[in-house]
Amino acid sequence: MAGEPALSVRGLDKAFGGRPVLAGVDLDVERGQTVVVIGRSGGGKSVLLKHLVGLVRPDAGTVRVLGEDVTRYTSAQWTGLRGRVGMVFQGAALFDSLTVGENVAMGLRVRKRLPADEEEALVRDRLAQVGLTEVESLKPASLSGGMKKRVALARAIATDPEVLLYDEPTTGLDPVMADVINRLIRELQSRFGLTSVVVTHDMTSAYFVADRIAYLHQGRIHAQGTPDEIRRSEDPIVRSFVEGRSQGLAGVR
Amino acid sequence: MADERRSLLNRALLEDFPGEEIITHGARSGLAWVGRQILRFFEDTGRVGILFTRAVAATLQAGTYRRQIVDQMSAIGVGSMPLVGVVALFTGAVAAVQAAYQLEGVVPLRYLGAVIERSVLIELGPVLTALVVGGRVGASIAAEIGTMRVTEQVDALEILAIDPVRYLVMPRLVAALVMLPVIVVFADAIAIFGGFCVATLSFDQSPHTYGQALKQFFHLKDLTSGLCKSAFFGGLIAMMGCHYGLASEGGAEGVGLATTRAVVASCVLVLVSDYVLANLLFRVTF
Repeated sequence: MAGEPALSVRGLDKAFGGRPVLAGVDLDVERGQTVVVIGRSGGGKSVLLKHLVGLVRPDAGTVRVLGEDVTRYTSAQWTGLRGRVGMVFQGAALFDSLTVGENVAMGLRVRKRLPADEEEALVRDRLAQVGLTEVESLKPASLSGGMKKRVALARAIATDPEVLLYDEPTTGLDPVMADVINRLIRELQSRFGLTSVVVTHDMTSAYFVADRIAYLHQGRIHAQGTPDEIRRSEDPIVRSFVEGRSQGLAGVR
Repeated sequence: MADERRSLLNRALLEDFPGEEIITHGARSGLAWVGRQILRFFEDTGRVGILFTRAVAATLQAGTYRRQIVDQMSAIGVGSMPLVGVVALFTGAVAAVQAAYQLEGVVPLRYLGAVIERSVLIELGPVLTALVVGGRVGASIAAEIGTMRVTEQVDALEILAIDPVRYLVMPRLVAALVMLPVIVVFADAIAIFGGFCVATLSFDQSPHTYGQALKQFFHLKDLTSGLCKSAFFGGLIAMMGCHYGLASEGGAEGVGLATTRAVVASCVLVLVSDYVLANLLFRVTF
């Protein structure tokens, strides 16, 4: 089906322990586009992202990923889509009992067994794409925060995904490293035509990587538009978020 | 319409008898607590059952994950040997001292070896080993998987199309099922040796007398039933560690809680199931 968005969320509701986190989220992400979801911490951004990879199941609403209705998919049904949808976790989530090389190769091994030398070359290539060399045999514990994020990125692109989801990719990094990650996100998108969803509250990052920005507020998409539209938005709620002001936002002290 | 009427009725009742609401509140929250605990017990039991079934089904893929299985066998089995050895040595020694004291004037001391042998093979070996391993291995499984859960490594596995049950739970279950009986054989031998040391050094018994008693009263079923029990205990310990580890949430606190629960649950279940298994193995089967 041509023209169908790569990711499509309709009327998504999710509550945890009776507390609604998402209440009627509607969001479309066109193929090859990068959409940045911004919003306050604890506002359900990560939960929204996890719906797109089947880590969380919706209470109501529908989720379509790459043309498939995954709303009620079990983890077994997801298997076919795994590898086509990658995710970079907030804390990198590297397997700390394995080396960097094994981490990157992890997703490959389940799908097709490559000969050892081909696998090694592919791992080296993916690590080089994120600007890392000679780190294959290190353990994640000995890496810096920025390196961990990049290894996580290399692991996510190892299976040549069509969709890549980033959960707070620049959180906890110094501004220079954050810029490196932002450039990588852009580069991956332009080189491989990846569809990306980036969840962040870092506005610098959002303006830099986004084709479109969606502002998640009180469980729904409050506003969306191009970075310029968001920057020029007159909406008081959007304004106070992008400018980082606590006045004018309900429930903030 | 009906809902509206009911809520109006409720409000009227509450407004008319505010005192009753306050009095019943305490009792109700107490009952609610008991209810919640009962529900949680059944929920946990159900979850462990499902997890176990999936782990057993995953043994079909055991070949793919043999590296994980071997690693776990080493961690659970070989890693527990020193601790189990020390515990077993003193268990045997204490058993000898106690048996000698209790049997004084009732049974001749030359049967000391037999008493130690049978109590070690049937009870002390499997149960004490399971308790020690439950503390050591149950805690480490829960802490490791719990940390993986709260740092999103378990989620990362799923996204890479690796089933956490196959990759994490199945290898630990298989390793514990296989290795517990192995450790218990080792523990049995050391405990009997501990008894031998006490018998020969403290009670001046000749090695020959002790050996004769061992030989004369050895029943294979004592050993095999002990090993059956220990395999069962191994499964329990692995499942408790994996279940509470996977169910942990939050951060360090959640992992700590999961670890405590796993150890407490393994130890309690080992003792409870030991009673049940003792009845099954020694009343029905034999």
